[in-house]
Formats: sequence, structure tokens, C-alpha cells
Amino acid sequence: MSKITLHNLRHSYVPQPAGPDDWALKELNVEWSDGGAYALLGPSGCGKTTLLNIISGLVHPTKGRISFDERNVTDAGPGERNIAQVFQFPVVYDTMTVRQNLEFPLRNRGMPESEIPKRVEEIAEILDLQDMLPRRAAGLTADGKQKISLGRGLVRSDVNAILFDEPLTVIDPHLKWQLRSKLKELHQRIKVTMIYVTHDQIEALTFANTVVVMHEGTVVQIGTPVELFERPQHTFVGHFIGSPGMNVLPCDLVNGAPHVAGQPVKVQTKASPKANGQRLEIGVRPEYVRFADSGVPAKIIKVSDVGRYRVVETRCGEERVNVIVNDDMSLPADGAHLQFEPAFTGLYADGWRVD
Amino acid sequence: MNEKAPYQKGWIFVIPVVALVAFNAVIPLMTVVNYSVQETFGNNIFFFEGIKWFQAVLTSDRFHAALGRQLAFTATILAIELPLGVAIALAMPRKGPWLSVCLVLMALPLLIPWNVVGAMWNIFALPDIGLLGKTLNNLSINYNYTQQPAAAWVTLIAMDVWHWTSLVVLLAFAGLSSIPDAYYQAAKIDGASPYAVFRYIQLPKMRRVLTIAVLLRFMDSFMIYTEPFVLTGGGPGNATTLLSIDLVKVALGQFDLGPAAAMSIIYFLIVLLVSWVFYTVMTRKEEA
Repeated sequence: MSKITLHNLRHSYVPQPAGPDDWALKELNVEWSDGGAYALLGPSGCGKTTLLNIISGLVHPTKGRISFDERNVTDAGPGERNIAQVFQFPVVYDTMTVRQNLEFPLRNRGMPESEIPKRVEEIAEILDLQDMLPRRAAGLTADGKQKISLGRGLVRSDVNAILFDEPLTVIDPHLKWQLRSKLKELHQRIKVTMIYVTHDQIEALTFANTVVVMHEGTVVQIGTPVELFERPQHTFVGHFIGSPGMNVLPCDLVNGAPHVAGQPVKVQTKASPKANGQRLEIGVRPEYVRFADSGVPAKIIKVSDVGRYRVVETRCGEERVNVIVNDDMSLPADGAHLQFEPAFTGLYADGWRVD
Repeated sequence: MNEKAPYQKGWIFVIPVVALVAFNAVIPLMTVVNYSVQETFGNNIFFFEGIKWFQAVLTSDRFHAALGRQLAFTATILAIELPLGVAIALAMPRKGPWLSVCLVLMALPLLIPWNVVGAMWNIFALPDIGLLGKTLNNLSINYNYTQQPAAAWVTLIAMDVWHWTSLVVLLAFAGLSSIPDAYYQAAKIDGASPYAVFRYIQLPKMRRVLTIAVLLRFMDSFMIYTEPFVLTGGGPGNATTLLSIDLVKVALGQFDLGPAAAMSIIYFLIVLLVSWVFYTVMTRKEEA
């Protein structure tokens, strides 16, 4: 077990990276504390899997350094790093039984034969695989195979971290939930650092204590699910997390105060914003927008009832603003106005939050 | 008869294929069966002889010798071409421009007509003017495939390996390229040795294509005719007289239609039996 630190890490799949577009990962500095449950969240192609493969040693970073505790492992191979990795598609050794699959990493590392069965039984018990041990691994269902992949990582007592690369992709929906709670339970029990890559916000937010949001090769925010929800550091985080995502409206400065559509808007930002050529926007989640008699004028376009509440789509000029309204509240007829809750309204300059 | 009337005209559509198979397979085969149970002295006069020719063939030393040579030949080329083909496939680049170069080079021998292969090697190995034969003799290795049985065998096997290893390479390569990267990554993380990767990932994933490779190479090599005919003509003496060459000698050289027909049927049944047993064993193991 150890703390994993990434120093000034960059990676490119192009031999001679020139422009910023050539970098799959742009300058990263991240610290993963020992025993944490992390999710790496971002859309497809944002560099999540690259980052994961760099941590496990399958990919050598173009620049930068990776340390496990104080040990520099940048040049160490995956076998030396004692990392477990579960891939998107289950990997099992088809010709072997489940037991042989679990024994495989131990045999490769030269563990004494007498200790192997005990260790295998232990892991099989944790993963509910005891009954399947004598069966051929090839005959198992996808979730069974994923458990074996996981088991092959866990069976080593010296595992530094367990990495998951969208492990539930091929699992049936009703088993997804089961397997996810199994992982959560596993984390409680063995306290190993887990890093879980996904593009599904529900998976990320339910699994992790800390979520790392990535966008176009950079980490845009690291925080708890609540922080991501209440104080997105980047408009991308606001959009990507939440359903529907955060409203982002262009704003102007009038005498140093932000105005939307000519109306003053109170924001949570303490510093007085300056107009220095940056694109200014305000961001507010639909949960924190309400209808009022005065404020930003808007027109109601569409109302969707999603059960416990309604999502009201409005237009403020050209901009779309979603409002979440409880079922029992009536909607204004014409000439609606919107108020934003100041404590949850942020100001963004070129996409980044101004605090 | 109050059941629903079955559709009676379906068989019409099967007639073309039945006719085709009848003309190109069943009728010729039946002709051979017909010959195999009769004796003729010419003038289109035949006498029924029962299983006499089968007994004669099965107990003849000449047939045993040819069958022995045939089995030795097939076993040798399988033992060389399979491991060699797999090894080359493993060594080939997985992607990039060199992959295309390798694939084209590999496919070339397969595109050459069989009698041309025979002729090429015939000239290539000639002790007095061939590049190979002349070079070997200049290195003071006494090599003359037209006189030495051992040299004839080595040349024959080298020719077959040259001609057909590519087929195994291409099949094995197809099997290898179907293995997802995650398997190799998982193996690295599990600390697997290169041998373990081969034994537990690559070999199992190549199993199906290698089964096909063995079948194709077995059938082809067991029935090989053109190349040895052009290269050695079965000689020196009878040293490289494989089954098919012997069969043609009996049928067309000596015009012994009865024994030749009986031999053909035995020959055919051997190929069929071995292929069937091999295929059944390989696929049954897979299901278990």
C-alpha cells in the first residue's frame, strides 16, 4: 500500500509532439492518498485510460515522474509495481480453471506452493467465487469473469492499488449495481487505494470519496461529489455532472458588477471581477434557479415532468436556462423572471471559476 | 389426411446441386468403385473379382512402402511447418508498414503454381548448374538429389517447407491478431513470463486456426503429386515414390485398373478417416 504521486506528468502518443493537440495528457500533478477510493471521470477520449495505464506502468509517460510513496517508479514495469488492473473487457485465461487463474500471479512471482491454496481460498471467499473454483474460467458469465480479473489482482498481498478501467461496461444492468456495491464493500474491507475510471457520473459519484474530473487531457477538478456539485471549478464540470447540467450564461460587467441580460446578478465570488479581455460567464445549477417577480427575464419553452420534480426549459434571450421546480409549485404565465441563489452562483472567466 | 400438406416442390431447387455433385464426385467415385471389384484384359471385357484387389493392395509390400514414405513425409513437414509457421507469425510486426511487406512476402510462395515450384527447385538444386546444388558441392558437401535418396528427401522437404509454411504463418497470424491488447496488459500485470504468455494466451487463442492449418497441411501433403513428380519423379529408384506417384504408376504406367482403383479407395478412406478423427478430437476437447 502506498501513496501515489504524479509529478509534472505529460504524455503524447506522437513521437515529436508540437502543438497542445498532440498531448493526450497535458501537465498533471495529482496525489492519490493511500487507501482512498477515487473515480476518474470524463468523456471518452479525455485521457482517462492513458492516465490509468501510466499509473499501472503499461504506458511510459513522455515527461514527468510517478512515485509510490517516496520510490520513483517511472521506469518500473507493470510487474514490479504490484498494481492490479481490471479492464473494460474481462480477461481470463481460458484454458485454466478459476482456481488456476487466481493462482497464476502467485506462481509467476514464485510464492511457495504451500501458501498458495490458503491465499486463493481467502480471495475466493471475499469475491463469492468459492463454488466456481474448480470450473473452467471460459464458461463463466461476464460478471464472473470480471470478478476473476479482480481476484487475480487482489490475490497478491502486496497490492499497491487497484485500477478499474470502466469495468462494468459489459455487465448486465441488474448485475452492475451488485458488482459496484461489492467493490465498495471490498474497499471498506481491505482499504487499498482504488482508482475507478468511468464516463458515467452515477458510477463515479456512488463509488468514490474523491472524484477527479478530466477534460481534454487535463484534470479540471479534484473534489468530493458535493464539491463537484456545489462548486464546479470549470464550466465543463458543471455541464458534465448533474442532470440537467449547470446553466452557463454569458455576462457583462457594469461598474464592476456582473450583469446578465442587463440585470445585476449576485454571485458567490468574493474578489471583484475585472474585465481584462476574458470571456465572462456565470454558472448556476437548475436546482438553484427559481421563478420570481423580478430578475432576469425569461420565456418558458418546455416543461418535462421527471417524477418528483419538473424540469422547466426557459430562454433568456438566445440562452437556454433550465429550472428545477417542485411538482406543487405553479409556473408563471407570461413574462417570467429568474432569480439565482447567490451562494451557489459562480463567476467563470474563460471557463475557470473565479473565487 | 387432414394434416397440413407438406410443400412438395422444394426438392426441385435441390436438383442442380445434386446433379453437379453427382457429375463431379459421385459418378467418378462410383466408376472407381466399379473398377476396384473387377478384372479386365482389355477389349472392354470385365470379370467380377470381389475384394481380391483390396486384399492384394493391403498385403503388398509395395503399397506398404509407399504408405510408409507418405506418412514419413507428412509427419516431417507437419513437424517442421507448424512450429516454424507459428514462430514466424510471432516474430512478425503487429502493425506498421513492415507488416504489409511481411504479408506480401509470405503470400508469394502460395501464388506459384505447383509444377512451377517443382521445376524451380529441380533447377535450383541441380548439382552441376543449380545455385543450391552447385554451392553445396563447392563447399565440398557431396550432394546430388538425382542419385542420393537422402539428398532427394531433404530437397523434397525443403521445397514443401518453402512452399507451404506461409500458409501456417498467415493462419497463425490471423489467430494472433484477434487477441485483444488487454490480454497482454493483464499478463504483464500478473507478471507472466513470455513463455507463459505464449502457453496460456497465444496458443489457446490460436487453437482453432492451428486445427485448420494441421488439417489443410495434412490433406494437401498426403495427396501431394505435382511437386515431387516434377522434382524427382519418385526417384532415385523408388526413394521418393509417395502414394499418389505410386498410384499413377499403377494406373497409367502399368494400366492395372483394378488394383489402382482399390488403392484409390483405400487412399481416400485413409485421408478421410485421419481428418475426421483429428477434427473430432480437437473440437470435442474445446467443448469440454
